[in-house]
Amino acid sequence: MSDLEKFRADTRAWLEENCPPAMREPVRGFDDLYMGGRNPEVDHPDQQVWCQRMAERGWTVPHWPREYGGGGLNKEEAKILQQEMARIGARRPLESFGISMLGPALLKFGTEAQKQEHLPPICRGEIRWCQGYSEPNAGSDLASLQTRAEDRGDHYLINGQKVWTSYADKADWIFCLVRTDNSGSKHEGISFVLFDMASEGVTTRPIKLISGSSPFCETFFDNVRAEKRNLVGEEGKGWAIAKYLLTHEREMISGFGTAPKKSLGSVAVETYGADASGRLRNGILRHTIAQYQLDALAFGATMSRVGDEAKAGQGLGAASSIFKYYGTELNKRRNELNLAIGGEPALGWDGDVYEGGATSRDWLRSKGNSIEGGTSEVQLNIIAKRVLGLPD
Amino acid sequence: MALVLTEEQVMLKESAAGLLAEKAGVAQLRALRDADDALGFAPDVWRDIAGMGWPGIAIPEAYGGLGYGYTGLGLVLEQAGRHLSPVPLQSTVLLGATLLNELGSEAQKQALLAPLAAGELHVTLALQEGPLHAPEDTALKAEADGAGYRLHGSKCLVLDALAAQQFVVIARTSGEPGDSAGLTAFLVPADAAGLTVERRSLVDARGVGALQLDAVQVPADAVLGDVDGAWDGLSRSLDIANIGLAAELLGIATEAFERTVGYLKERKQFGKVIGSFQGLQHRAAELFAELELSRSLVLKALQAIDADDPQLPVLASAAKAKLCEVAQRATNEGIQMHGGIGMTDEYDIGFFIKRARVAQHCFGDYNYHLDRFARLSGF
Repeated sequence: MSDLEKFRADTRAWLEENCPPAMREPVRGFDDLYMGGRNPEVDHPDQQVWCQRMAERGWTVPHWPREYGGGGLNKEEAKILQQEMARIGARRPLESFGISMLGPALLKFGTEAQKQEHLPPICRGEIRWCQGYSEPNAGSDLASLQTRAEDRGDHYLINGQKVWTSYADKADWIFCLVRTDNSGSKHEGISFVLFDMASEGVTTRPIKLISGSSPFCETFFDNVRAEKRNLVGEEGKGWAIAKYLLTHEREMISGFGTAPKKSLGSVAVETYGADASGRLRNGILRHTIAQYQLDALAFGATMSRVGDEAKAGQGLGAASSIFKYYGTELNKRRNELNLAIGGEPALGWDGDVYEGGATSRDWLRSKGNSIEGGTSEVQLNIIAKRVLGLPD
Repeated sequence: MALVLTEEQVMLKESAAGLLAEKAGVAQLRALRDADDALGFAPDVWRDIAGMGWPGIAIPEAYGGLGYGYTGLGLVLEQAGRHLSPVPLQSTVLLGATLLNELGSEAQKQALLAPLAAGELHVTLALQEGPLHAPEDTALKAEADGAGYRLHGSKCLVLDALAAQQFVVIARTSGEPGDSAGLTAFLVPADAAGLTVERRSLVDARGVGALQLDAVQVPADAVLGDVDGAWDGLSRSLDIANIGLAAELLGIATEAFERTVGYLKERKQFGKVIGSFQGLQHRAAELFAELELSRSLVLKALQAIDADDPQLPVLASAAKAKLCEVAQRATNEGIQMHGGIGMTDEYDIGFFIKRARVAQHCFGDYNYHLDRFARLSGF
C-alpha cells in the first residue's frame, strides 16, 4: 500500500469513528455554519465536538503548517481528506474569516511571534475574527480611509468608524486598516493592525439589510488601544496586505457564480411544462434561461482554464481579472430567474409555506455581491486600465 | 482533461499565425475581392499551406494525415479567423475530411484522405437548400436507378464550390422533409453529367456556390456510409464543423477587439484619447470578459471532439451560440468605436464584420444553436 493509500484508509477509518451523525447532515443555510469564538453560536452540541476533534488533528485548516495548529497536509493528502469527508457528507468543522482571510495574510506578512500567537486559536475555533476595511466615506475608494491611529510609544490609539464590518458584533478580534500617516499619497500611511474587540472604546451596531438579515455592522472606535506588537508588516505599508486580501475575498465572492446542481431549465419545466418537442412552454423565459446557462457553462470553463493554466506553470492569466465581475453578475441573473420561475411562492418573505422566504431573501442578498469587495464598475475600471492598458 | 494548450499546440498556433499573416491575411483577401477572383483563394498559397501538412492536421496518420486532432485544427482556424485568411480550410479540411472520416468506408478513406491531406483534393459539403440551416428538411431526391442512384434538386451555400473536385451531397432516399431518417450522403464528382456549379457572391467575398442537379447519375459505391443512415455521421460532422467555425469566430472577434482597443488608444477627440472615456472603457472591459469566456468554451469543445466526449452535441451548440453572440458584439462594437472611418471600405475593420456574419450563419446561427443547446439541456 502506498503512503497515500494508507493515508486514505486511516482517514476514512478515523472519520467514520469521529464524525458525529448530526455533522453528516447537509448544512441548512448560512446560519447553520459553525464559526467558533469565545461565545460561539451553537445550534447543535455536536458542532463543538466535531470542531474540537478535527482541531486536535489540525484538520480545521488541513493545509496550514503543523506548528501553527494546521494539519501540515500536502496537496494530495488535503484532497484525499476532502474526498473522504465528501464521501460521508461530513461538514467542514469550522468556517471563519480567521481561516479564509487573516491566516493567509499572517502567513505571508506576519512575524513568527504573531503567527505563534494568533494562528493556533484560529485553528481551534477559539477566536473569531472580523475585518475592518470599509468606512462611510471609503467604499469603492477604500484607500481614502480616515480611521486614525496615533503613535503612543508602545501602542496606537485608534479613533474612527468602520462600516460593513461582517459579524463585528460577534467577533472577538479585528484586523483593521488604519491611517498612521496623512502626509503622503492616500495609498501610503495605511497600516494593518490587530486588536481585541472587547477593548474599551469599541462599539458595534448591526445593519439590517433589504434581505432582512444583518450580518454587517457599523463599528466605532473611541480611543481604542492597539499594541504595537500587533502591527502586521511595516507601519504605513498596510495597503499591500489589504490588496492581497481583497484578491482573496474577490475569489471567494466570485465562486458564488458557479452553476447549481439542478439546472434552472429543468426546474422551469417542472413549473411551466414543456411542449410536444420538449421545449419550455414560455419561449421568452426559455431564451433568458438558455442565455444564463450558456454563460454559466462558459464561466465554469474559464475558472477551470485559469486553474489549469496556473498548474501548468503559465501563471495567473488576465482572465482571472474577470472573475469577481462576471461571477457576481451571473449570480444576480440566476437569482432574478429564480424569482421569475418561482412565481408567487418565490416572493414569500416569511412562514413555512414559503420556506422562510429563502428565495426572495437570497435574491435580495445577491444584489450586494456586485457591491461588496469592489463594485462591478470598479472591476471594469481595473480591467480597462490594467489589462487593456486604456489611459486615465 | 486540463483546459490548457500543450507545447506542441502552442508551437502549431505560432507557426499558423506566422504563415497566415504573411501569405493569407486581410490584404490578400482584399486583393482577391478587388480582382473578382472566382475561386476566392490563391492556389499557390494553398500549396504552401499543404506543405505544412495542415490539410491533414486532423486526419489520422494511417491515412496520410498529421494526426494532431481537432484541437490542433481549431488553433489553425482561430489564426485563419484573426487574419481573415482566404483559404479553403473550412470546406476541405474541416468539413470534407471530417465527413469522409466519419461516414466513409475503409476503401473510400484509403482512396480519398491521402490526396486530401496532401492538399491535392478539394471535397466540400452540399447540404443547405433553403435560406436557413435545417438539415432534416433536406428535399433533394436520390432515386435508385439500376446499379446506382439518380439525383435531382438544388443546393446553396456550398463553400469553395468552384474549387471542389468532389461534393458530399446530402440527399433524401426515403421519408419526407422534416425526417432525420432517410438521408443518404453521396460523393458526386464536379464533372458529373447534369451537375451545374454556379458561383455566388456573399458579403465576405469568399468562394461559395450553388449546385443544380438534374438527373445526376452516380454508381452505388458513391454512397458515403449507409443508405438512409447519414444522420448520425452528418450530425457529428456538423458538430465538429460548428466547433471549428466557433474557433474561427474566436479569432475574428479577438482580432477585431484588439484592433479596436488599439484605435481607442490613438484617436483623440475633445483634446483627449477616446480610450480614456469610461463609457468606452466599460464596454471594452465587458467585451474582454466575454472573449475570455469564449476562449474557454471553444477549447473545451475542441477537446471534447478529440476525447470522444458524449457531451459533444451540447458543447458544439454552446460554443457556436456563444461565439455567434460574441463575434457579433465584437464586430459591431468595432465599427461603432472606429466611428466614421469604420464605415469606409478603405479601412479593414469592415472585412471582419462581413466574414463574421457568414461564419455565424453557416450550419446554424445563434438562434439555431441556442435553441438546440436548450433542447439538449432538457428544456
